[in-house]
Amino acid sequence: MKDITLKITDREGATHNILAPTDMAMNLMEVVRSYELAPEGTIGICGGMAMCASCQCYVKSDHQLPEISQDEDLMLAEAFYVEDNSRLGCQIHITPELDGLEVELAPES
Amino acid sequence: MIQTDILIIGAGPTGLFTVFEAGLLKLKCHLIDALPQPGGQCSEIYPKKPIYDIPGFPEILAGDLTDNLLEQCKQFEPGFTLGERAETIDKQDDGTFIVTTNKGTKHQAPIVAIAGGLGSFEPRKPPIPNIADFENKGVEYMIREPEMYRNKKVAIAGGGDSALDWSIFLADIAKSVTLVHRRNEFRGALDSVDKVQELKNAGKITLITPSEVKEIKGDNHVTGVVIATKGEDNSILEVDHFIPLFGLSPKLGPIANWGLEIEKNAIKVNNALDYQTNVPGIYAIGDVNTYPGKLKLILCGFHEATMMCQSAYKRIFPDKKYVMKYTTVGGVEGFDGTKKEAPKAVVKAIK
Repeated sequence: MKDITLKITDREGATHNILAPTDMAMNLMEVVRSYELAPEGTIGICGGMAMCASCQCYVKSDHQLPEISQDEDLMLAEAFYVEDNSRLGCQIHITPELDGLEVELAPES
Repeated sequence: MIQTDILIIGAGPTGLFTVFEAGLLKLKCHLIDALPQPGGQCSEIYPKKPIYDIPGFPEILAGDLTDNLLEQCKQFEPGFTLGERAETIDKQDDGTFIVTTNKGTKHQAPIVAIAGGLGSFEPRKPPIPNIADFENKGVEYMIREPEMYRNKKVAIAGGGDSALDWSIFLADIAKSVTLVHRRNEFRGALDSVDKVQELKNAGKITLITPSEVKEIKGDNHVTGVVIATKGEDNSILEVDHFIPLFGLSPKLGPIANWGLEIEKNAIKVNNALDYQTNVPGIYAIGDVNTYPGKLKLILCGFHEATMMCQSAYKRIFPDKKYVMKYTTVGGVEGFDGTKKEAPKAVVKAIK
């Protein structure tokens, strides 16, 4: 399976065009960690259970994303700096449909 | 002064298993943890979630793993300093270390094992512009003395268990309790949600949803909070205290200033040998350490704890002969006088 391209803006404002595999069962938070776009220990603290919001990001492109589960919604309800386009990166699985996705990492909190 | 053989910073799974491995070597342990209960992330973040990669347990809840580890190490009578954060470390002339907590409790040991995970859990502070001006002047991120809220007007923000549980608890103490949350739904245990509903119906808790606190009012002390509700004008709620309860997030904290080599928010250790840091006598095990190929897994923490205890033993008793014993062969002799051992085979003649 082919890789997809993602455009990720880190917390310092730098934009990275990176390749992410679609066949490794990865989510967006894990991709960010694998490229070390946020310091270790500041993202993915709960490991990807939608229980900490450290992987919150703002979705900038109009890709069709998986629906927000109740877990994710209630975690976002307790997160800070939340916008209408906020999502938890750990809940977005890397699929071929997400090719070209643009996101920005939310501030650390 | 609390004295022990191995002082463990962090009472998560790796720290708790260290107590067991140290106990097999007749070394005593004492644990310090910023959280009020042992278990680390397993008890604080995901006690009801299953883990599938603990060897020998096809599936185990994180909370149950904590209980099992406590049960496994209890005969080695570990000491605990809970609800306190290890703040400073001072090396003594005799080679031992004194670790002092934020509350001034002092601990002395020849060996320090940092099993601090991602760090000590600190309350998450909402980004309300003037909130820092009111810290301990009506804004508390943690409830330490419920009595200080007696006959006071209190606003609590948050949607998880702690927001629900404290709203319920303070309903009987405070003059009024208002719970503010950005959703109508809450993330807490069903029992707690039902109880809040009951107290709301009885007029003992006021619920304001879907809303959030945007600003704090007051001069020297909180006198009110500004509440924003979608589609409505902002309103001011008069309160004496504002308690934001948005969970905890781990921060490496003071350990970062202990003179240890830090890389990627973790402590560099010698993984080829014994997980010792650049300071002899200080080890780092579990999620808090880093080395080439490091995996932040509980099972790796267990291995690291075991290796570290062997090295600690040699450091404490450099001249003593020792060979590793299998627990099946040697049994487990507790410091409390108990002994677990394999039952002896029955020898019986066949006639």
